[in-house]
Amino acid sequence: MTAVEERPAVEVGKARKRKEDRRLITGRTRWTDNLTVPGMQHIAMVRSPCAHARITSIDVEEASRATGVVLVLTGQDLADEQGSLPNAWPITDDQKAPPHPAMAVDRVAFAGEIVAAIIARSAAEARDAVELVDVEYDELPVVLDLEAASQEGATLAHPDLGTNVSATWVFDSAEAGSGSDVDDAIRDAEVTIERTYRQQRLMPAYIEPRSVVVDPTHEQITMWSTTQIPHILKLMLALTTDTPESKLRVIAPDVGGGFGGKLQVTPEEVITLLAAKRLARPCKYTETRSENLMAGHHGRDQIQRLTLAANRDGTVTGFKVDLLADMGAYLGLVTSGIPILGAFMFNAIYKFPSYRFTCTNVFTNKTWTDAYRGAGRPEATYAVERMMDELAAELDMEPMELRKKNWIKHDEFPFTTVAGLEYDSGNYEAATAKAMEMFGYDDLRREQAERRDRDDPVQLGIGISTYTEMCGLAPSRVLGSLAYGAGGWEHASVRMLASGKVEVVTGSSAHGQGHETAWSQIVADRLGVPFEDIEVLHGDTHIAHKGMDTYGSRSLTIGGIAAFRAADKVVEKARTVAAHMLEANRDDLEFEAGKFTVKGTDKSVAIGDVALHTFAAHDLPDEYEPSLDAEATVDPENFSFPHGTHLCAVEVDTETGATTIRSYVCVDDVGAVVNPLIVEGQVHGGVAQGIGQALYEEAIHDESGTLVTGSLVDYLVPSAADLPSFGTDRTETPALSNPLGVKGVGEAGTIASTPAVVNAIVDALRPMGINDVPMPCSPYRVWKAIQTASDGGQS
Amino acid sequence: MTQIHVNVDGVAYSDDVEPRMLLVQYLRERLGKTGTVVGCDTSNCGSCTVHLDGRSVKSCSLLAVQADGREVTTIEGLSSNGELHPVQQAFHDTHALQCGFCTPGMIMQSVDLLAENPNPTESEIRVGLEGNLCRCTGYQNIVRAVQQAASSGGGGS
Repeated sequence: MTAVEERPAVEVGKARKRKEDRRLITGRTRWTDNLTVPGMQHIAMVRSPCAHARITSIDVEEASRATGVVLVLTGQDLADEQGSLPNAWPITDDQKAPPHPAMAVDRVAFAGEIVAAIIARSAAEARDAVELVDVEYDELPVVLDLEAASQEGATLAHPDLGTNVSATWVFDSAEAGSGSDVDDAIRDAEVTIERTYRQQRLMPAYIEPRSVVVDPTHEQITMWSTTQIPHILKLMLALTTDTPESKLRVIAPDVGGGFGGKLQVTPEEVITLLAAKRLARPCKYTETRSENLMAGHHGRDQIQRLTLAANRDGTVTGFKVDLLADMGAYLGLVTSGIPILGAFMFNAIYKFPSYRFTCTNVFTNKTWTDAYRGAGRPEATYAVERMMDELAAELDMEPMELRKKNWIKHDEFPFTTVAGLEYDSGNYEAATAKAMEMFGYDDLRREQAERRDRDDPVQLGIGISTYTEMCGLAPSRVLGSLAYGAGGWEHASVRMLASGKVEVVTGSSAHGQGHETAWSQIVADRLGVPFEDIEVLHGDTHIAHKGMDTYGSRSLTIGGIAAFRAADKVVEKARTVAAHMLEANRDDLEFEAGKFTVKGTDKSVAIGDVALHTFAAHDLPDEYEPSLDAEATVDPENFSFPHGTHLCAVEVDTETGATTIRSYVCVDDVGAVVNPLIVEGQVHGGVAQGIGQALYEEAIHDESGTLVTGSLVDYLVPSAADLPSFGTDRTETPALSNPLGVKGVGEAGTIASTPAVVNAIVDALRPMGINDVPMPCSPYRVWKAIQTASDGGQS
Repeated sequence: MTQIHVNVDGVAYSDDVEPRMLLVQYLRERLGKTGTVVGCDTSNCGSCTVHLDGRSVKSCSLLAVQADGREVTTIEGLSSNGELHPVQQAFHDTHALQCGFCTPGMIMQSVDLLAENPNPTESEIRVGLEGNLCRCTGYQNIVRAVQQAASSGGGGS
């Protein structure tokens, strides 16, 4: 355990306005699609309209002759060099996966798969020529339904695999020694609740479409890409396309949102790289929104079969989880591992004594799924928080009382869970008490009772979600034990420049999270230099030569700590020089507010003066290397476990099915906070995304496998008019696994809010005999549930 | 090719354009005004919002030729003499942006909203920004920014 840092913080904790804003609010931006490189050609993709078909012929004659077209590539052209797109997380030794070419060679397995690429002088000419490519398909049977695909004898998404099942992964608390046998618990239970929930398919829908530019006209090939993962991308491109890693430089310039959707090695990146290499000219590809929705990876898409066992007093005795997870047509970078990230979270904040998680990953002829904000953990949290409400209803208990009965109490930390994780800290009582007070919980319950009594057509529902999550992905040893292909460390360097200004280089690459501001605050405190004197650099493998990038709420808890450690190393180097300058012993120096002082004297020197002295190097200690730079690589000891209580009140119009969020209150405990402004913003955005899942969003394919929700006309990203203002507050229980006590906040809101909203809707409707509304809870679905219930289940 | 004369951010331009060229393509590809961005193609996201003769338009839904003889203001022309426009300042003050991709459009729409209604209620702000999507902020701080700009009296331009 690491002690929480006691040194006084001046910057950390301050609501600093963001450094990065100025460029963004004046349009002085470097989005990938803004970039133009001399001689650059433009790429447009030809995509399959069929969800499953053999490619019988591709006629590119006419396209090749079209104005401005310099090259047309088909899968046959690239077959020998494109390799197979990487899956870095084979979850079992016998995991099955089809080859995953960037460009289909002889068969397509989902609608939107790339079958040819046009490279032309202008983007318009490239797109025009797409229309001239004549592809003939021999259509094959498609399998789209997850449940059907998992059955014996199902139509096969990939006939050569002989099955749609990619892998089955099990965690059993009895086998792991972290709990007892769940089947025993279910057999002996006084109450069991069985439910099946659907985590519908979602689309990340970051507002910046994906774009990639490749310039092969240097010794190193440079790729600019709208990616969350420049470092991983560099390595994976090297391995996939047989390019020496040292010949690649990847830059993530300004990146317009990701939410996991840009945590990928994409076909478009590989194709643009190969086209640029072949032409020896720079090439750019920018997708349209419909291409993005069709072919950028999707998220969620699971069927959860759940059994909760309990005693009549409300004590939960076991939780059994059977998942079917829709991989879509291929395994992307971490597709297969996403459900596994949830495996450790179904027990949430509770002291369940037994637990079994079984997940079956299944192929269908749809766009492949992969990380989407929360990745596995929102699904788990939804399941357990919905089930706790169902159990409370069954036992006629107040749902918060049921939770209190089962959760880990603040004096029981550290606590080893039934899933085998050690939660270092938390205080669920404190966050809940604060949230209930802000929410006016008791008053709302009274109003609910009144509305029920008077048969108000607009019913009030109250939804609870007391969540936790595992953040800071991840301790490398844990990743190794889960067969993930890499570690979870993060790197930073801190350089004091001659003038006393500071450059901080971080391997974690921001795309909206505010690293420039937060890392400046951290380093300003460590070095005692002004916030304004610090420049944070990231997102370029030349500048940040090592990194594991940004996802899984890892940036601050690992990358921020790396910057913290590197800054402290700079201070220690500076101490040696300062001692020399002050003709004192190192050990006699105190360092505070950027100044070294000889204890008990007024002799001092500022760290900026030490920097200049070191730069000049005229008079340094013997054998002292003239540099005030330092690097640190941090591998986390443990995950961090933010938690919180989210409360949602909805008004449901029982005549129309329309749901209105009347109030939403959340109290999150993300540990110590570096910048409350940024934390609050992350919570707002996260909550909004979770509400999107609860009420609005669903990726829908028709029976032939065509994406019906193929534009933002059909895929309902919530607008300002769809959302309320949220009441947010915090409690602070520091994490014990890092010196700042921080836990991470990127995914918390999304994880927590979906079950809060759906619990509220079901709570409003429960007196009508309704115990579920499938997501998204559209007015039609709510209305339908009411109709079905009032017809006694007949309609 | 059709010749157009357009004033963009105070500079007069004269160009031959394909009749099918969108205004946003003209701004980005011909004038290098990359502050204005494209997010969707279906006029849902509003990232490409600019002002045409002082009113907000989605520049992906207009042809460049429709801007002939008219005045366009983009996010790059909103501040003057290094002074941020009050709406830009408010976005910064209230943390109304995260990734910043929707921000140019969101700011241009907010300026237009305040020009029309200098003292909007929260609900009027939310409805007024309905045509601009943000995936990062949950809109709460955007609403706050518009409120701040309104109360500073600097919304109208």
